[in-house]
Amino acid sequence: MFQTSGQVYHSTKCYHCGESCPSSLITLDEKLFCCEGCKTVYELLKDAQLCSYYQFQASPGRSLLDKKSLTDYTYLDQDEINQKFIRFTNGEQTHVNFFIPKIHCSSCVWLLENLHKLHNGIYVSSVNFLRKEVTIVFNPRLVKVSKIAELLETIGYEPLINSSSIEEKHRTRLDKKSILRIGTAGFCFANIMMLSFPEYLSLGNFLDNLELKPFFGYLNLVLSLPVLFYSASPFFVSAWKNIRQRFLHIDVPIAFAIVVTFIRSVYEIVDHNGIGYLDSMSGIVFFMLIGRYFQHITYDALLFDRDYKSYMPIAVTLIKTDSTTASIQSSKLKKGDRILIKNNEIIPTDARLLSEHTHIDYSFVTGESSPVTKKKNDLIYAGGRQLDGAIELEVVFSTSQSYLTQLWNKDEDSIRDHQMKEAFVHKVNRYFTTFVFSIAILSSLFWLFFDRSKSLDALTAVLIVACPCGLLLTSSFTYGNMLRILGRNKFYLKNSAIIEKLSNVNAIVFDKTGTITHGMNCEFSGAKLGADELKMALSLANQSSHPLSRKIVKQFYKNDLFPVTNFEEIQANGIRGNCNGKCIMLGSAYFVLGKEIRNSKMSTKVFYMMDGKVMGYFNFVNTYREGLERVLRKLSKNNFISLLSGDNDSEKEKLIPLFHSPSQLLFNQKPEDKLHFIEELQKKGKKVVMIGDGLNDLAALKKSDVGISVSDHTNSFTPASDVIMDGESFHKLPLFLDFVKYGNKVISFIFFVSTIYNVIGLVYAVQAKLSPMIAAILMPLSTVTIILLSSGFIFLLAQRKKL
Amino acid sequence: MSALFVLIGISLLVAFIFLLLFLWAVRSDQYEDNFTPAIRILFDNEKTSEKESNQ
Repeated sequence: MFQTSGQVYHSTKCYHCGESCPSSLITLDEKLFCCEGCKTVYELLKDAQLCSYYQFQASPGRSLLDKKSLTDYTYLDQDEINQKFIRFTNGEQTHVNFFIPKIHCSSCVWLLENLHKLHNGIYVSSVNFLRKEVTIVFNPRLVKVSKIAELLETIGYEPLINSSSIEEKHRTRLDKKSILRIGTAGFCFANIMMLSFPEYLSLGNFLDNLELKPFFGYLNLVLSLPVLFYSASPFFVSAWKNIRQRFLHIDVPIAFAIVVTFIRSVYEIVDHNGIGYLDSMSGIVFFMLIGRYFQHITYDALLFDRDYKSYMPIAVTLIKTDSTTASIQSSKLKKGDRILIKNNEIIPTDARLLSEHTHIDYSFVTGESSPVTKKKNDLIYAGGRQLDGAIELEVVFSTSQSYLTQLWNKDEDSIRDHQMKEAFVHKVNRYFTTFVFSIAILSSLFWLFFDRSKSLDALTAVLIVACPCGLLLTSSFTYGNMLRILGRNKFYLKNSAIIEKLSNVNAIVFDKTGTITHGMNCEFSGAKLGADELKMALSLANQSSHPLSRKIVKQFYKNDLFPVTNFEEIQANGIRGNCNGKCIMLGSAYFVLGKEIRNSKMSTKVFYMMDGKVMGYFNFVNTYREGLERVLRKLSKNNFISLLSGDNDSEKEKLIPLFHSPSQLLFNQKPEDKLHFIEELQKKGKKVVMIGDGLNDLAALKKSDVGISVSDHTNSFTPASDVIMDGESFHKLPLFLDFVKYGNKVISFIFFVSTIYNVIGLVYAVQAKLSPMIAAILMPLSTVTIILLSSGFIFLLAQRKKL
Repeated sequence: MSALFVLIGISLLVAFIFLLLFLWAVRSDQYEDNFTPAIRILFDNEKTSEKESNQ
């Protein structure tokens, strides 16, 4: 790749993926590429005449720089695994579904829908962009599932297949039932209202003459039946369930009001007195169903329920007794099996190291930010990521018995109970319902004395008018709006009940690695390096694909590099080569100096030696997220803040001033320790938010009142939580918490306003003078008021908070 | 005015047919993905160019 004639290389953007190309001259057709991988994809696309891929979006590819070897997908051809991906097959045609997290632009969609040009056996493919899924229809006789997965990988769109894909967890599907119910209710509502118009316009007498009144009345009745039995059924089901549990859920008075309205209307129609209140009834059902639907927001490409199984690899390379390799399912590994783990792969079970030594990255599992060194015969726990090339391991425990699995299965006891009973909406409802029932009883009793005939009239009228539908609508729309605004700011809540939980929070627990830190920064300590000396180090580092070398290059690279000769990489130790006539070495203290350095700080260091003289070392320190200090300061005003880290305490001094008190920082925490800490806080009566990002936070996230997981790439693994927050929005955390506190206040205010309509209606109802027209006017008026006010308030609130 | 009976009857029937069509459309997954089709319309239909190159 390097030419040894001292040429200068220019950095420009890779045509395929847009990353800068610091090093070699990898070109084709006068286009520059950052690596062979990107160039290969380009060649492939060019041969299949798919270069339009590059027209829809500049640099649509994702970098293939870190990709070393192709994944072995042969396990996909096994029947039992096959079933989970195949939607349909009849021998001639097979439909298969893959989740491809790399789908991110229109070019991706175009390319994936033109797969048939890349292989004859593929008939057609179609992409669902929001879900990042592709459905491929192919001829099973011409091509196998594994070949398709490989093909996808070669063009840079490898499917994500992990244990949870196998376990039939259905991704969010369109909520068809709700839409069907809304459609039916809307249809009936509109037609009933149309047929009720003569009544509103007091053309009743006119109708009587022509016997149209009963006709319209019965038509209304027929039209209201689907609303009553189909559209409104969720309210009845929910009300019944809650009555049996002796809980006054808001659906109970609503269901009751619907039934009363219907019965009263039937009576009026059959008795030829009027045409009933069916328009109000179907209207209110229609609007409440819309509110309920609006409140449910689904994020198609996010999963809030991932557990450790989604993280573990599904298949691993087994080394058979005759030294050939085969790909088998991780869950089938037995004690004593020998497995081969390649660079960047995750170790699926607890195993013993057979190779000489290696480095493992446990940051996701335990929170330790520095890679852990392991020597031959050391026990390596499952979940770590292999860093130094390929290693051989001997399985000690099968996947179901590994330390991690045992840990996560213990969790089942600490399942948080989903107490919705204390929700604000239900509390208000209780007051409201008692009030309404007392008025109903009082007014009917009143009329019993004065004019018997009006008693039942008043009773039912009050019950119709004073339905707490306004309260339900208010909360639905307010929560729905808040969810959307938060989602716009990349703070994704699983459902609207969490808004209230978040507003009650008074203690916040942070994880360290990956949550408040985000990547590692590289600083050089030692003798002052001249520009050339630094460049020589970078030139050498650029030859290696080790993550630390790549980081050094990325951090310090400015322009052009020197050519390097005699490059040598010694696994797990360092690299050396000749550059500009000097012998350069980069590596661990042991490699460079020949001895271990007693290191109290325990951070990762890469030493730089030139011609036998140590120039210094590249120190890797955690980069803390932007705005961390401000975030912590603002949050500590009203909340108890603490830090629980699985990492060592080497950065304690740096962190103490941010948290205002040493006692709130704990290090070397195992997952169980984090869980207990949260339990202790809860015992003291605190409402706890846990903010974490990795497997080691899984238990704590479940136990806390609200669990927030932070992620920098939304398609990567996030542990099961209530909220998924993008790392970019971390600095807005105090704003989010402030915003949700207003939720209840807004609902109370809007509900109060909407009760004005109820009161007006009550005035008529109590006098037994409630005509269908009045009811039909009040209901949409109050609904529209609620929707406008709720959207308006939340929008204004968001503006003020700059969300 | 008996025309009113017929008129209302027929208009309700037509509206009802539309409702049935709506129900069918939702149930047959037509609304499953309402984002990707918007991207798809911008793609060129390359079949004609292939036909031309074949000729």
